[in-house]
Amino acid sequence: MSHWLPRTYLALVYLLLYVPIAVLVVFSFNDSRTGYEWGGLSLRWYEALFDNRAMVRAMWNSLWLALSAATVSTLIGALTALALHRYRFRGKQILNGMLFVVMMSPEIVLAISLLALFLLVGMQLGYVSLLLAHVTFCLPFVVITVMARLSGFDERLPEAARDLGASDFVMTRTVLIPVIMPALLAGWLLGFTLSLDDVVVSTFVSGPTYEILPLRIYSMVRVGLKPEVNALGTLLLVFSLVMLILSQWILLRSRR
Amino acid sequence: MNQTLLSLRSLSKQFDGKSILDSLDLDIYDGEFLTLLGPSGCGKTTLLRLMAGFEHPDAGSITLAGQDLTHTAPEHRPLNTVFQNYALFPHMTVFDNVAYGLKMEKRPKEEIRQRVEEALAMVQLEDFAGRKPHQLSGGQQQRVAIARAVVKRPKVLLLDEPLSALDYKLRRTMQVELKRLQRELGITFVFVTHDQEEALSMSDRVVVLKDGLIQQLGTPREVYERPANLFTARFVGETNFFPGHVDRANGDETITVDVFGLKRTFRKPDFPVSEGQPLHVLLRPEDIRVLAPDDADGVPGKVVERNYKGSTLDSVIHLADGTEVLASEFFDEDDPAFDYRLGEPVRVSWVDGWEWLLPQEGEPEQEAATDA
Amino acid sequence: MRNLMQQPFRTAVLVLVWGWLLFLVLAPNLLVVGASVMTRSPGTFISLPLTLDAYRQLFDPLYLEVFLHSLYMAAVTTTVCLLIGYPFAWSLSKVGKQRQVLLIFLLIVPFWTNSLVRTYALKLILATNGLLNSALMSLGWIDEPVQMLYTEGAVVIGLVYLLLPFMILPLYSVFEDLREDLLRASHDLGAGRFSTFIHVIVPMTLPGVLAGIMLVLLPAMGLFFVPDILGGSRNLLVGNVIKNQFLDARNWPFGAAASIMLTLAMAFLMFAHRLSKRRIGEDGV
Repeated sequence: MSHWLPRTYLALVYLLLYVPIAVLVVFSFNDSRTGYEWGGLSLRWYEALFDNRAMVRAMWNSLWLALSAATVSTLIGALTALALHRYRFRGKQILNGMLFVVMMSPEIVLAISLLALFLLVGMQLGYVSLLLAHVTFCLPFVVITVMARLSGFDERLPEAARDLGASDFVMTRTVLIPVIMPALLAGWLLGFTLSLDDVVVSTFVSGPTYEILPLRIYSMVRVGLKPEVNALGTLLLVFSLVMLILSQWILLRSRR
Repeated sequence: MNQTLLSLRSLSKQFDGKSILDSLDLDIYDGEFLTLLGPSGCGKTTLLRLMAGFEHPDAGSITLAGQDLTHTAPEHRPLNTVFQNYALFPHMTVFDNVAYGLKMEKRPKEEIRQRVEEALAMVQLEDFAGRKPHQLSGGQQQRVAIARAVVKRPKVLLLDEPLSALDYKLRRTMQVELKRLQRELGITFVFVTHDQEEALSMSDRVVVLKDGLIQQLGTPREVYERPANLFTARFVGETNFFPGHVDRANGDETITVDVFGLKRTFRKPDFPVSEGQPLHVLLRPEDIRVLAPDDADGVPGKVVERNYKGSTLDSVIHLADGTEVLASEFFDEDDPAFDYRLGEPVRVSWVDGWEWLLPQEGEPEQEAATDA
Repeated sequence: MRNLMQQPFRTAVLVLVWGWLLFLVLAPNLLVVGASVMTRSPGTFISLPLTLDAYRQLFDPLYLEVFLHSLYMAAVTTTVCLLIGYPFAWSLSKVGKQRQVLLIFLLIVPFWTNSLVRTYALKLILATNGLLNSALMSLGWIDEPVQMLYTEGAVVIGLVYLLLPFMILPLYSVFEDLREDLLRASHDLGAGRFSTFIHVIVPMTLPGVLAGIMLVLLPAMGLFFVPDILGGSRNLLVGNVIKNQFLDARNWPFGAAASIMLTLAMAFLMFAHRLSKRRIGEDGV
């Protein structure tokens, strides 16, 4: 078959995927108030963004939530992956199945079930409820990332380290952790991004005490056009791009 | 001379209620090359892992030069292991892999550098110190694994099927090299393999294992020429089993045995014999003589298969009663075109004194022999 | 291996993981099942007696219409994703290895970018005085702006835009595994291009198709913010109904019942996916 047809097709789809993003970036530098016509180059929407104290606070809140959710889910997820990999225990299949179900379920199903739980036990909706919810939906992704790394891991490596005189602790520090490190970092970055991007679950389990960025954006874009959102979106895009390049670089570098 | 270094006493090990080793005794001599040989599942790898300390015996003891190691953690045993798939640390360079064990001993930096370089020179990998394992070929990874283990100067080196991942030619090269290393270092090697050819060509002594029991312990020559039982005879090399029975005992020296109606006189075996007792006459294919059909000696048969093997001609001969005989004959310089036609009538014989006698066991499922 | 890690550590890990999953996954889901068969109550959200009213309400013509419309939009979204994604993944798997890495990277960049922001970007394009209308008018293809925003089409475009990578990635991975020699063997045995497609390519890529459907169809019923931004009040998803019932109307039993319907749909799709994998000799997850 000729080569130009599939290639043109690929190019066309990529074009469609990137046009909205390009429009967003270009319009973030637009001086015009209305948001549709080009009114010259300007940074006014970026200024407006950082002048908005509630917005800045929401940014910090989101960043802190994403950092903590990614860290906690990486810790628990890595331990879970290790347990699934190293131990034989009853209900292993069930545990695996539960993680898979969490990953596949529509977010909204997870969201209402967690809301029901939090209200039932009388927990105040805010940072803690957001953290618990975000860790829960990040967890399976971390487990899968680490498991993939462990499945390529030679069972004999820990034994080789012990054989050469390393204690269990030293073996974990010098062999086990360095070998799964790329997966831990990749899992952490994935968790961070998922948390930062989440709208559906956060809509349900957040409270007035802790406003986060996606919900603030949500309330802004529901009605009309807000040019600040262009600026904010561009910043988020650059941010995710850096994170993504970082994680891909880590994964590629460690592939052997 | 043959001083015991590592002594295993009534070792038993079960996994999930299944007995892998059953009260096994074994003395390993200082400086010898000992091979554990057996089919998969015979317990040879478990035995090695017990010595290394990765598994703990349910019963029994392991002592090294009088020191009890039974419950010592692997990191505190003066034994090192070369693993089946090398188990090189993927995130470390060749140098760091080899240095790992010395760093664990907290040796001074300069000493580590020197000893690692020596070890790498010994396996001819001086120029590869800065590479990562994935940049090496299988044979090179194998050498790193060996260097990493011997740099610690262990009392015993344990090798778990170390050559099984290599191709045939490389395997032969590494066999020679391992043998050379063992001679140079003077370290005791305990080598696990399921390849009987490898076991025979490399070892000072061979332990034949089956179902967690030692079937035979001896030099390669003993194991091959004088197998202790039917299992060893079948597992080590190819063998013809001819059914016979004792015709009569001629005093203490010889007995006469009836094989295919031929009355042959053999040396009296180690086991007690009585007249009329059935037994096996074992003959290796290379001990078989194929004679012309008009020869007075031997048993008549027909050639049903012939395989040209380069230096030998291997043939399968069907005797009249259906017994299959494997024969392996060297080419004769006088007759380079020597060959058989399929269906060609021949007579099968052998030189008296080359046979080996074994008693009947619970046939056809031969049970493990009680003792060698 | 097992006895290399101490028992207390093992126990701690297992307790932590099981505790987390039982408390934050199993318990909440049982709670939703329980809520779906209880009676609505203004103060405590739910109360006895047990009843199937919520499920009956699902079939109320008013809601049934919303659900069917949501299912219809989700089905259209999935179909469009499949039609775009299948040839896309196929073409992608034929590109040189080096370039594939870059192209996959470009595909997941949007996935890592805030989905609200991307949905909002579509709004810029689709609005009545937005870019698309301006472009079409300056080309002279239309005389006056066409209503694009707040239509069913806008919701489908939004959903496709957000969910396309989820269709492409599983498809790409099955095309990656589709070995050339299988196709050659099929041609060698006398099958033409069409027969090879029907008898070899389709069955071999079916698990990827079903995985893609699973990853697109369900979110396409749940992503309530897409109609909120692009669809107006008439093009609602099941997700919007669940959200409204839980957060605004405070009708937990009804919201829970709707959510259980979604879960059942997921279970059904997962089952189909497993079957299709078995068929080509791979173990289902």
